[in-house]
Formats: sequence, structure tokens, C-alpha cells
Amino acid sequence: MIELKVNGASRKFDGDPDMPLLWYLRDLLELTGTKFGCGMGVCGSCTVHVNGAAQRSCVTSVKDVAGKDVTTIEGLDKNHAHPVQAAWQKANVAQCGYCQAGQIMQAAALLKQKPRPTDEDIDQAMAGNICRCGTYQRIRQAIHMAAGVKA
Amino acid sequence: MNRIDVVSRRGFLGTVFSAGAFVLGAQILPEDALADGTSGAPAWQPTVYLGLEPDGRVIITAHRSEMGTGIRTALPMVLADELDVDWKKVTIAQAIGDKKYGDQNTDGSTSIRSFYDIMRQSGATARLMLERAAAQQWGVPASQCKARDGQVTAGSHKASYGELAALAAKQPVPKKEELKYKTPAEFKYIGKGVPITDQPDIVAGKAVFGLDARVPGMVYASIEHAPVFGGTVRSVDDSEARKVRGVQRVERIAAFKPPYAFQPLGGVAVIADNTWAAMQGRKKLKVNWDLGANTAYDSTSYKKSLFETVRKPQKVARNVGDVDAEFAKGGTIHEAEYYAPMLSHAPMEPVNAVAEFKDGKVTAWAPTQNPQAVQDTVAQALGIKSQDVTCHVTLLGGGFGRKSKPDYVAEAALLSKQVGKPVQVVWSREDDIQFDFFHAVAAMYMKASVDAKGRPTAWLQRCAFPPIESQNDVTARYGGFEQGMGWSDVPFDIPHQRAENGPAEAHVRIGWLRSVANIYHAFAVQSFADELAAAANRDRVEYLLDLVGKPRTLDVQSIPPNTPGYALDTGRARKVIEAVADKSGWARKKSGPGHGYGLAFHRSFQTYVAAVVEVEIDSKGAVRIPRVDYAVDTGLVVHPDRVISQFEGAAVFGAGLALMGEITAQNGRIQQSNYHNYPVARINEAPREVHVHLMQNDAPPAGVGEPGVPPMAPALCNAIFAATGKRIRELPIKKTKLV
Repeated sequence: MIELKVNGASRKFDGDPDMPLLWYLRDLLELTGTKFGCGMGVCGSCTVHVNGAAQRSCVTSVKDVAGKDVTTIEGLDKNHAHPVQAAWQKANVAQCGYCQAGQIMQAAALLKQKPRPTDEDIDQAMAGNICRCGTYQRIRQAIHMAAGVKA
Repeated sequence: MNRIDVVSRRGFLGTVFSAGAFVLGAQILPEDALADGTSGAPAWQPTVYLGLEPDGRVIITAHRSEMGTGIRTALPMVLADELDVDWKKVTIAQAIGDKKYGDQNTDGSTSIRSFYDIMRQSGATARLMLERAAAQQWGVPASQCKARDGQVTAGSHKASYGELAALAAKQPVPKKEELKYKTPAEFKYIGKGVPITDQPDIVAGKAVFGLDARVPGMVYASIEHAPVFGGTVRSVDDSEARKVRGVQRVERIAAFKPPYAFQPLGGVAVIADNTWAAMQGRKKLKVNWDLGANTAYDSTSYKKSLFETVRKPQKVARNVGDVDAEFAKGGTIHEAEYYAPMLSHAPMEPVNAVAEFKDGKVTAWAPTQNPQAVQDTVAQALGIKSQDVTCHVTLLGGGFGRKSKPDYVAEAALLSKQVGKPVQVVWSREDDIQFDFFHAVAAMYMKASVDAKGRPTAWLQRCAFPPIESQNDVTARYGGFEQGMGWSDVPFDIPHQRAENGPAEAHVRIGWLRSVANIYHAFAVQSFADELAAAANRDRVEYLLDLVGKPRTLDVQSIPPNTPGYALDTGRARKVIEAVADKSGWARKKSGPGHGYGLAFHRSFQTYVAAVVEVEIDSKGAVRIPRVDYAVDTGLVVHPDRVISQFEGAAVFGAGLALMGEITAQNGRIQQSNYHNYPVARINEAPREVHVHLMQNDAPPAGVGEPGVPPMAPALCNAIFAATGKRIRELPIKKTKLV
């Protein structure tokens, strides 16, 4: 039995301990905001926070997060008004929107570490998150907008 | 939480209007919908496009699919503006697949072009009927009643649209000639835009994509397809697969019968309690394949054969004057060959669908660009009627043309019938890339004779690529509608011109990808034009304007066809070239070692686009793109922010394909499998700034989703030439060492 916290709630899991956190969240907890994109940690669509740090849930097994705190897009802010989410809306970042939960989780983790990131910081932190619609210019703009706003 | 409840609450279901609603009907459907005989006769048919509820709510049907263009907002917005209602009172209801809505295939950048007038007509019709209802109620002439901002007034009389809805529904439907439309000055939303309806749900993680659909009792399927296109199952040993925890069953899906069209490929499906278990079980399958007829398909030898084809005379697609006679005169001749590889769509959301077969009917929830094709494809696969297939359209996590081909929905429906439960089919990224409907590989040969100023006197272009028509015809070898995509409609003022197309056989599924054949055609034509300009040592803007020639209307074969109002107007081409030069500061920009500017023009989907790309090449040969400028004439602009965002995205999409996109085959097997070996542009590789300059004019609206892509590859390669002196004739760019 694996115990963990997801968005503040205690959870117990007795399935395949090697199941990636992604599928546990999506298929068993029905937290479908976290997306499947590649299954090998190269696209960032599945990004969640584990103990506050950005992590790819498609290559993180449930047993790896035993005893840890997992935050998904659904739990980033109870009103869905985290500064990054607000900036995303203001800049009209999303096109199809599929990758944006992962982008937002990655950006929120970046701002926690570096409240005033430079363009280079953003490139470095966000290069693992693919957006096939090509919204990068607005992602960068929105991160700058959210920078310095208290989360 | 049941996701389908969420879906229905958000208006993803077909029947969304209450019994008391004023619903405006099918008499204002597009003509093609009337012509197909499915929805023609009745003058009044409820539940199309608009419903006014007695409580004041306005429900507008979005019948096109949302994959990021903002169309689910923009088309209802047009109707709301003409109806004159507060956007905040509008609820958008996503339509199920149904021919009564007219064409729903969200493809070819046609949504605004095909439905702008119809949405306005719907709004104007409802407005007039509300005014007539008010006139009847108050006993005043209709001419004194004014419908505005959700209410009708006449003198001291006042009533909301909702209060008048029941009576309005009883009014005779006015004739088209009776309608009064708003003037552009009266528009509240058209040309300005409104917030994108799905943004709040997207940033909250609540938006429902196909992969997020959940139906009670549903199971998950992962499907092993033949590693070579056309392969079939000889035998399966599934004993180990069935031992995997969570695996319920293993099912076969029959191979398609040629031509493949949108049929499922066929294969072996592992059905399980969850996606992970299905994928794990699939890894344990031991399938003995008959690999079929395409095991010799090899990209290296195929490339050779394409070039052999374009070096010889081929079928003429367009002829002006006498190219051969002009070449025979001798003088300066230029020749060049170009190559653009096969590409995969790779939308962030791999294809997937939920389907439930019950009592002889299918209900599907799918991220599809074409719900009517879902109906037809599923019906054919199961031997039922199209009208017995209900297709709910979720949001699409990218489409780019892949999701207009609903093979994956038919897979889910077949499996649901076999297992007696709702089934979600989930393709892995590897499945998505390896079993795509690929963008065709193409080879192009170009030849021109030039005068003393370097201007072409004769121009010959030949191309060969496996055609999209191979979907429907196993003998297809020549390009069909691809010819009208930047090949037979080159807008140059050259006295002798010939465009040819040679045969090529398909060995994989071929499909259309965002801007289709325009990608390779524009690459060859606009690169070759730059080569001629370079040889003549002329300024690129001046040279390209000279090639385009005087403002005039061209009678060329173009796809979509040059319908009235959409003729190829070289005056508009000139203006975007001049505008992009102006806005990018072209005259002040000087290319030098390691830093260059490139120009390209291309018209596609009836939109005129010129692009200037700036590149920096570092000492290791790495390419950076600090800036892209677009000048765009797409006629009337409905939602400026979404038009701009489509071009911002097209710059990234186009640059990514040009820099690094390539799919290859060896022994019939696709060699790429995921984003590590089929890379797409990331934030640090994408153009840093994209500036989009929209031309202002009142021409009819044209396409927006695709036309930004074609000019990117040539403009980028022309910039690289300016920076390095290296001419890129083969994509992707990464194959050429730049220093």
C-alpha cells in the first residue's frame, strides 16, 4: 500500500507500484488536467509538482512519490487564480490548450525558484515543455507578467 | 466525478435548447448542405446554430471543431454581434456531428470563409423576427421596433429578447432580401474580438479534451499495429499479455481493405482497467506479422526515384507560352533541385477516442476535426447506418489535419462492440508518429532562363510526391488538388512558364498537414526566386516585386478554387511584400556573416502572406531566429487576436519543420518514434519574436490557420543564405553543416 498526498488530500494506492503517476492521476483519480504527451519525459505535458518541484509524471512511478505531496493543475490554486494562471489568461496564451497545464506547472515552479527570471532563465526552465501550436512568445510574456506577483 | 456529466453541462451535447426556446433554423444553411438532400425540404428546422431561451439566455451552436484557432468563439461571436446581444449572455454549445449544420470538416482554413455570412444571416434573421414579434405584441409598425443589446424597444415599449422569444418563433421566416445587416461601424465584436471561451477552463485544467472523456464502466485499449503499412496478423500469442495485472482481454481488429481511406489499420488490442495496464499488456504480445507489400520502402532509394522522375518531362499542370522554345535560344540558364521530407503531425494530444456500442448504435466522444466523417467511418466499420452514430466533439489537443481522419474512432467503436463496454482507445506517442497519415515527401526540379537583368524569360518547375488521392485509389500516382496549392498558381509575370507533376507511389498512408502541398511548393518556388535574385545581385524585395509584376487578376487553378471575390490579385501580393519590407525595416537591415535576413511570399487558402525572417548563425552553426515579420492580407478580420496568434504559431510550426522535421522509412518501417528523434521546435529554438501586420481591407475573409506556414521554410533558408552563402536545397536544415 502506497500512501501519498494529492492536492492536499491523503490517498492510498494498492495497484501496480510501477504505474506512472500520470496514469494514476488520470485514470484512477480522474484528475485529467495533467496530460499525456510522450510517455518518456521529453514533452512536459504531464508536469506536476512533487514536494513543490516540477516533475514529469509520465516517468515518475507511484512508488517514487510514496509519502510525498503531489500538486496537479487542479490543485495549484483553489480559485485557479495563481499569478501564472491569471497571466496566462491575460496574455491569451493558449491555442489548443493541451500542453498548457504542464507549461503552467513548470512556470509556477520556475517563479518559486526565481521570482524575476530573465529570458535565458525562461528558456532554460521551459525548454522541456513542447507547445506544438507554438505559443512560446506568449508563454514568455506571461511568465514576465506573473513575475513578482505574490503566489 | 463523471466527465461526461461535465461535458454535457458545458454544452457538448446535441440537444441543448429547452422546449420553450426560440430556435432558428435550417433555411439559412449553406447551399451545399441543402443540395445533399439530407436537410433541404423543411423551411423550418429547430436546433441549428441559435436558440433564444425565454429566460434571456442565448445559446449559439459551435458546429466547427476547436483545435486552437479560437473558432469555437469566433463564429458564435459573429452571430452574437449581428443579433446584437451581450456576449456575456451567450452560452456556446458544441454541436454533435450532423449534416444539418452544413460542412463540419474543420480543415482547409475554411470556417470563417464558409460560415461568416451564414452566421450574420442567422443573427439578422432572428433580430428581424424579434422586432416583428414586438410589433405584433404592441400593435405598432415593425419599422418602429428596434432590436438592440438584447431588447426590443419602440417608444415607451420595451421587452427583452427572452420575453419575445415565444412570439418570435411564430413569425414567418423573413426572406433574405428583407434582412438588414449592421454596418461595420455598428459592429461590437467583429473586427475587435472577445475573450476566448475556453481559456478559463484551460488554465484551470478543467477543459475536456478527447483523452479526458470518461464514461461509466469504460475500459482502456492500446493497439499494436503492423510495423509496416499494409501488414496483417498471422498469429498472436497473448498468454503473457493476459497475465498482466489489470488486463481484461485481447481482441483482434481486422485489417483494412484497400484503398485504406479512413479505415482502421487493423491489429491486436489489449483491453484493460486503465491505460497503463493496457500499454504494459501490449508489450507482452507476441504477434507474428505478415508484413505485406511495402517492406522495400526505403527513404533513401525513394528519394533517388523522385529525383529521377523530376529530371524528365512529366504531366503538364500549367502552361503559358513556350518554355522549350525559349530555353532553346540559349543564354543564361539556372537549374536547382529541392527536397522536402515526409513529416508527421505530432499534435500534443495523441489520437484517441471513447466509443460505446449499445443496442445497435454507437455513441462516440472524440477529438475530431470531422464528426460527420466519424459517423460515416464508424457506420461503415460496424455495418450500421451513419445516423446511428452520435459523435460528440471534445476539444482537440492539436489537429493539424491528422484528426480529420477518424480511423481511431472506428477502432474504439469496433472494440466496444467486441467487449460490450465503452472503450477508450489511446494511441501512444510512438503509435501517433509511426502510424500517421504522413505529409508527403517531395522532390522539385526548377529551371529558368534569364535576361541581362537576371529576370526570368522562361520558368519550368517539376515536382513529384506520393499523392493524397492514394487514400481512395490504390492506382493514384499524380497530385490532385495538391497542384492548386502553390504549384499551378505561381503568380509570377513570366512570358513562358510550365508547371509539371510526375508520378509517385505511396507506401504509407498519406494525409494533409497544416498547409499541405504549399509547404514543399513554396519552399522550391520561393527559394529558387531567391537564387535568381542572388545570381543577379538584386535586392530581394525589388526582385520579388518585379517577378510578381503589375497589379492584375490571374486566371490560375487554385485550391480552394478562385470563387467570386477570391481571384488571385497580384496587387494584393505586391502590397504584402511592400508592407513586410516596411514593417521589418528591410531597407535598413544589412545581412552579413552569421546574421541574415530572408524574404518569401506565398498565397494559400486565399490569404496573401509575405514573411521576413532574421537569423543568427553561431560559430558552431546553430541557427537562432530572433525575429519574424509577417504581412498578411486575409481580407476581413473577425477576431484580430486569434488571427495574430495563428500566425505566431505558424512561424514556430513552419520554422520547426524546416529546421528539424523529418520522417524516414527503412524496410518499410518508420524510423522515428517520439519527440527525441522527431524533434519539434522548443521555446529556445523557436522564433523569439513574431510580428504580425494585418492589412486592412474589406475583401471577403480568407483562411488563417494554415497560410502562415508555407513562407517560413523559404524565408528562413533565404536568410541562412544571406548569412552564410550556403543555399539550403534540402530540408530539414539540420542536415546541412552551416559552418
